[in-house]
Amino acid sequence: MVSINRLPLLVVLGIALVACGKSETTSTAASDELIVKIGAAGPLTGPQAHIGKDNENGTRMAIDDANAKGVMIGGKKARFELLSEDDQTDPKTATIVAQKLIDDKVNGVIGHLNSGTSIPASSIYFKNGIPQISPSATAVKFTAQGYNTAFRVMTNDAQQGKALGEFATRVLGEKTIAVIDDRTAYGQGLADEFVKSAEANGAKIIAREYTTDKSVDFTAVLTSIKGKQPDLLFFGGMDPQGVPMVKQLRSLGMKTQFMMGDGGYTPKLIELGGGAEEGTYASLPGVPLDNMPSGRDFAKRYEARFHQPIQLYAPYCYDAVNVMIAAMQKAGSAEPAKYLPEVGKVELKGVTAKIAFDEKGDIKGGAVTVYQVRKGQWHAVQTMGGTPAAKP
Amino acid sequence: MDILFQQIINGLVQGSVYALVALGYTMVYGILGLINFAHGEVVMIGAMVALTALQALLAAAFAPVLAVLLSLLVAVVACMALGYSIERIAYRPLRNAPRLAPLITAIGVSIVLQNLAMMIWGREYHSFPLPFNSISHHFGGAVANDVQIGIVVVALIIMLGLMWLVHHTRMGRAMRAVAENPAAATLMGVNINRVISVTFMLGSALAAVAGFMVSANYGIVHYYMGFMLGLKAFTAAVLGGIGNLRGAMLGGVLLGLIESLGAGYVGDLTGGFLGSNYQDVFAFFVLIAVLVFRPSGLLGEKLAERA
Amino acid sequence: MKLHRSSGHLTLAIALLALPFIIDALFGHGWVRITDFALLYIMLALGLNIVVGYAGLLDLGYIAFYAVGAYTYALLGSPQFGIHWPMYVVLPLGALIACGFGVLLGAPTLKLRGDYLAIVTLGFGEIIRIFLNNLNAPVNITNGPQGISAIDPLQVGAFSFGSSYEWMGIRIDDVHLHYYLFLGFTLLVIFVSRRLEDSRIGRAWVAIREDEVAASAMGINTRNIKLLAFAMGATFGGISGGLFAGFQGFVSPESFSLMESIMVLCMVVLGGMGNVGGVVLGGVLLVALPELFRNAAGPVQQALIGKVIVDPESLRMLMFGLALILVMLWRPAGIWPSTQRRREFAADDSVLHQEQETVYDASK
Repeated sequence: MVSINRLPLLVVLGIALVACGKSETTSTAASDELIVKIGAAGPLTGPQAHIGKDNENGTRMAIDDANAKGVMIGGKKARFELLSEDDQTDPKTATIVAQKLIDDKVNGVIGHLNSGTSIPASSIYFKNGIPQISPSATAVKFTAQGYNTAFRVMTNDAQQGKALGEFATRVLGEKTIAVIDDRTAYGQGLADEFVKSAEANGAKIIAREYTTDKSVDFTAVLTSIKGKQPDLLFFGGMDPQGVPMVKQLRSLGMKTQFMMGDGGYTPKLIELGGGAEEGTYASLPGVPLDNMPSGRDFAKRYEARFHQPIQLYAPYCYDAVNVMIAAMQKAGSAEPAKYLPEVGKVELKGVTAKIAFDEKGDIKGGAVTVYQVRKGQWHAVQTMGGTPAAKP
Repeated sequence: MDILFQQIINGLVQGSVYALVALGYTMVYGILGLINFAHGEVVMIGAMVALTALQALLAAAFAPVLAVLLSLLVAVVACMALGYSIERIAYRPLRNAPRLAPLITAIGVSIVLQNLAMMIWGREYHSFPLPFNSISHHFGGAVANDVQIGIVVVALIIMLGLMWLVHHTRMGRAMRAVAENPAAATLMGVNINRVISVTFMLGSALAAVAGFMVSANYGIVHYYMGFMLGLKAFTAAVLGGIGNLRGAMLGGVLLGLIESLGAGYVGDLTGGFLGSNYQDVFAFFVLIAVLVFRPSGLLGEKLAERA
Repeated sequence: MKLHRSSGHLTLAIALLALPFIIDALFGHGWVRITDFALLYIMLALGLNIVVGYAGLLDLGYIAFYAVGAYTYALLGSPQFGIHWPMYVVLPLGALIACGFGVLLGAPTLKLRGDYLAIVTLGFGEIIRIFLNNLNAPVNITNGPQGISAIDPLQVGAFSFGSSYEWMGIRIDDVHLHYYLFLGFTLLVIFVSRRLEDSRIGRAWVAIREDEVAASAMGINTRNIKLLAFAMGATFGGISGGLFAGFQGFVSPESFSLMESIMVLCMVVLGGMGNVGGVVLGGVLLVALPELFRNAAGPVQQALIGKVIVDPESLRMLMFGLALILVMLWRPAGIWPSTQRRREFAADDSVLHQEQETVYDASK
């Protein structure tokens, strides 16, 4: 039984290994300075890494802006620090990351990117009383778990699906609709809500097809849909699938309208679409950046700083940080327990919309703007619901 | 009827790509009895290299046809070098190790290649700049464009070429000999290491061509694209009988057809109870059914006890 | 000798009991949580070790049993159906159902060998995941990709492993409590594994692994013995899955991807197939390494080059892949192989080495 006697050695080895991993947190704070740590969590590796990085960039910009401006909290000058962690779009890693951020004594968390990571992590933030504002989790359940720490600056699937369904039926007047979703929490959630809304407004769903978030070939389902000749095809999913889908749609000779949710409103869709994306509709919560005074400026500064256009949710991360800071200022403290009650009461003119939360932590009103690709550019078509519609 | 015809075209295009990648798996398996899990990533590297080469060549104002051919050549050469190195570094030292050891290094190589690609080419999707318009042709009510026709034709030519190489050249004979019995082949004066290196390089060259085709067809390239494709191709290779070249082609085309017909029709046949969301389930069910009745795949030989 | 052994046991017991508090004091709760997950993975790896290590059946879809266990727990202990059965009913039930799935997978694949088996098990794992992902319509069973949340914590009576308790001035949090629970189960699995290894069944598995025809000629009922391997392995997976669901409070199909199956296989092979100690080591290493690189990649660059050139996040998985390759090249039979395997490997090696040398001479 050699192995039994060797085991303690292994344990020691294990501890030693772990010891190497200890992250050093040396914060040399002057006494009159208040260090505020903002955690950010999202996928920085894996297929959604580019969107995760975009989120991190948005958060970083907000933090740097706040530091440059010199925010006072409770009479002290606050210095904000960003702690960014990779959750790999994996629920288990998300809980580990959440626990680590809490170990590192973050004052609040911006994240996670996906619903599938935000939900398991939210219970850990709740247990530790850490406010969490997700910039992009859309599953209805995220804020419906009864956690007073969970907020989002993004409309949920129900709000967005409803707006898109109304736009397709009332504004575009489409009667027969085909729906594809990518079987992710986001795609399926949005597609289901879209179907509900479209059917409630009298449209007929004549085909419901599916794909995955790793597919690039959709010819089989598209051909099947072609036989049913719908007026409009709605895809619940992200742009990596949206681009090849719209290309294959057109190369099969189908003239059907193509519509996506916020996962489609990206510069990539136009960059990669090669012309096939012309006429595509996509939505984005909030009002167009161009219509918000600070929005246009934000987009310009983002491009100048990161040498790429905004991918998707960076402005929401920017707003989320500012909501958090506003709550801290109001409470006069960066202590999570002290400023948490203020988060729900914040009213802020962000770069994406006027932000206020309802009692669950969802964004109030939930305006959704529908855009269309016209001559290789995204154009705002109409803002549905929520705050007064902005003129296109 | 037009729809059925279109589904068959879809399946053939997809199947040709699977077949090309499956050949790489099957060649290596036939000779080494090793699942080269990193093969899907070689396809991805091929696509990425082709992308960079094509961008550079187009920027240098090369003629479109020349740019396409040259970038394909660059990708093929790069992948051959990559395949050679993978075998040298990760597999050759383990040739006599327990059977699962090279499987783990293969997974390791796969992770390394993916993350290297992410560091080099970034996290975003890239557009694959095909320098000419792919014109659509109508056959009755069905449509196929130049790229799709090109994929099927090129895949067919490559497969015929490969068959010729394996059955009518000295190298091919050596490959078959090593696959049959490595020890005996050595005794007959075959340089096993050389044969294995050549096999890896050939398989990787096919992977590069497949990578180029996929990118041209879908127009986008991403560092994550190799994994699923590799998995599907591996399934195709097993379906046809792994280790058998004709089997890989048959398996690839069959898998493509099963996927497109399955996704296209099962939803209607089961009254919407099972839909295209079960596309991969159909594929695996067919695979399991085939293997239950023919445990070595469609065209696989009955394997004798092989430790 | 006897004294030495029991004192060894005692040190080990104390070390294991104190471990979560040592880790907590040094590195915080995050690492205790990682340790908890490590224990779950060790259970998984030990289960897979029965199938792959003992019986030599390559299984690439093992995570399916973990999924079955997790979803059983989730469906019978959450608001999804409004059922809230206690843990001591649901956990064994999950293990039983997983065991049933093990037999279901084993039965049609008995005739298949090696890599054919690998692809069928891979397909099986994907089929289970796809069903879990899609069974929200027409009847909502699994809630599809949205997953099931608000799952009951692991609890016995009024004592919940998901809460924090104060005991003699020491604060014990949920991560610590789960550690002890998981440790108990892990030790049970280790105990069962070791007993099996030395039993008639264990020897029958090894016999099948080494030569199936010879084994059946010796009167071993290869069909039943193979099915038993699948069933036992699946049972461990099912238990681990149930614990996972209760620990995390949320399950969704994305936790049960093919990559997870591959990771568990890596633990078994890298640690040392067929050796319980090796498999445990493999589990610890593969859970800890990526987390370690997460923390180390930035500071190490800082120290060596003076600034962070490469994004630590990109480096993390790269280092992990490299580690897999290097360890296998360094120790092809695993870091800590079973003595039997080591002997075989050594024998194989010398014979083959001889053969190669002669070939090499001839080609000169």
